Amino acid sequence: MTADQPPSRQWLLTLPSLAWLSVFFVIPAILVIVTAFRPADLQGGVGAGWTLATLKEVQDPAYLPILWRTFWLSGLTTLVCLALALPMAFQMARVGQRMRQVLLLLVVIPFLSNFLIRIFAWKSLLHPEGPLTKLLIGLHLIPENAVLLNHAGTVLLVLVYTQLPFAILPLYAAAEKFDFGLLDAARDLGAGPWRSFSKVFVPGVQRGLVSAAVMVFVCCLGQYVIPQMVGGTSDEMLGSKIAQRVFSDRNLPHASALAGGLMLAVLLPMLVVVIWQGLSRKEVT
Amino acid sequence: MKRSWLPVITTLGVILFLFAPLVVLVVNSFNASRFGGEWEGFTLNWYEKLWAAGEVWESLWITLKIAVSASLAAMVLGTLAAYSLHRYRSGLQNVHHMLITLPLVMPDILMGMSLLALFVLSGVETGLLTIWIAHVTFCLSFVTMAVLGRLQDFDFTLLDAARDLGASQAKAVKKVLLPLLLPGVLAGGLLAFTLSIDDYVITFFVSGPGTTTLPLRVASMMKTSRSLPMINALSTLLIASTFLFAACSSRLQRRA
Repeated sequence: MTADQPPSRQWLLTLPSLAWLSVFFVIPAILVIVTAFRPADLQGGVGAGWTLATLKEVQDPAYLPILWRTFWLSGLTTLVCLALALPMAFQMARVGQRMRQVLLLLVVIPFLSNFLIRIFAWKSLLHPEGPLTKLLIGLHLIPENAVLLNHAGTVLLVLVYTQLPFAILPLYAAAEKFDFGLLDAARDLGAGPWRSFSKVFVPGVQRGLVSAAVMVFVCCLGQYVIPQMVGGTSDEMLGSKIAQRVFSDRNLPHASALAGGLMLAVLLPMLVVVIWQGLSRKEVT
Repeated sequence: MKRSWLPVITTLGVILFLFAPLVVLVVNSFNASRFGGEWEGFTLNWYEKLWAAGEVWESLWITLKIAVSASLAAMVLGTLAAYSLHRYRSGLQNVHHMLITLPLVMPDILMGMSLLALFVLSGVETGLLTIWIAHVTFCLSFVTMAVLGRLQDFDFTLLDAARDLGASQAKAVKKVLLPLLLPGVLAGGLLAFTLSIDDYVITFFVSGPGTTTLPLRVASMMKTSRSLPMINALSTLLIASTFLFAACSSRLQRRA
């Protein structure tokens, strides 16, 4: 019966983007999981048949420190970004309309500048012959032979630098809708600036806070260019291993197994947020 | 009432933190010193070297071709997607909405990796076409979001008014809806264009021989110390064009 009916306008309008994303987003994601169960062939492709061998390989204990590093670097980056973005979003929402536009533009411009160039900028800034190293040595803040590049701290710094706009933008969007009269009320009732900030403002922008945290955390989990370019050999993250398996070892199934694990690690926090926000929406209505 | 200075100081600190590396880069592009540790005099030498580096301009041309065609495709697909998301409330649109938002939070490496798996398993040779497909895929969601924001302000009674005055549905859409949506579509397109020009990770996964886009070229230049000062010059030009783009895009969004 339904086959005789002309497709509805809704389907016609939805189909192009739906089909595109199904073919080039959903199916590839499923293929990654499937590939993890296929044997590798020597040409860097995928062989015939099915195997569980790759899953056993991935359980190599050598991955544990890398996994642990990926999580703590991502977690710490998220905390630092939120700590900087919260007061900044607070300030941005309190200034006048014109100043707001200017500040927003100032946040967006580095964010839109080329990712590699931003990493390169830090690389040359922290270079042993670079300006920051010379300045700090000149001020006797670091010893003569200090190396600022190539350790976990450098990776953290550059991670924070690249992810900060992801934290500022959603927090600003939430702060913009926040009723600042509530803060005055809290102050009138005797709360100090810190107390009214942490007990009134922070809960008020909770939704923005959660999306900022998830955004930054998830983006960090998949990083590999930053540890590769400013980190040392012992600062690899999970993404570095995936890239290595694809490009150096040309072992697609192994890379797929790692990527599949990362995909789960990304989707789980997202799922929690979706459920949590669904619940809180029901509470409101 | 006493106000804390902490938010002001943090804001200034963050702006300084965001811009300091970029400023150093721009200054060093005019610095005669190779590593830019100290100022050794003004020079345009690096720009001249960059001008003579043919492979960089070749990469720029490839990048522009992909960025223009990918953002045009994303503008068409994204506008349709935003319109149907806004117009209809149904199970289909819930799925549609989820599909549109997921790529926004998918780490680049996973997107690159999964597209590579698709192309390898289906036997498609990686090259210009695969890069274009990948770019349309990640730009689509951003354009949709930009147009959706615009649609939320759109007064749909204007369309009814046009119909009441005798316009056909097609004519009402063409003469009323599209002109009012245009700033949103263009802003989304500009965003898609910048994202496409900048993308390194996804492109790296799906590129083939002879498709070295500008970011891929920069990455390979970063490996040889001889070309480092040239990257400073190239970066300065890119940052300047980003400035221009961001200014255009924010003007578009503020209009109407």
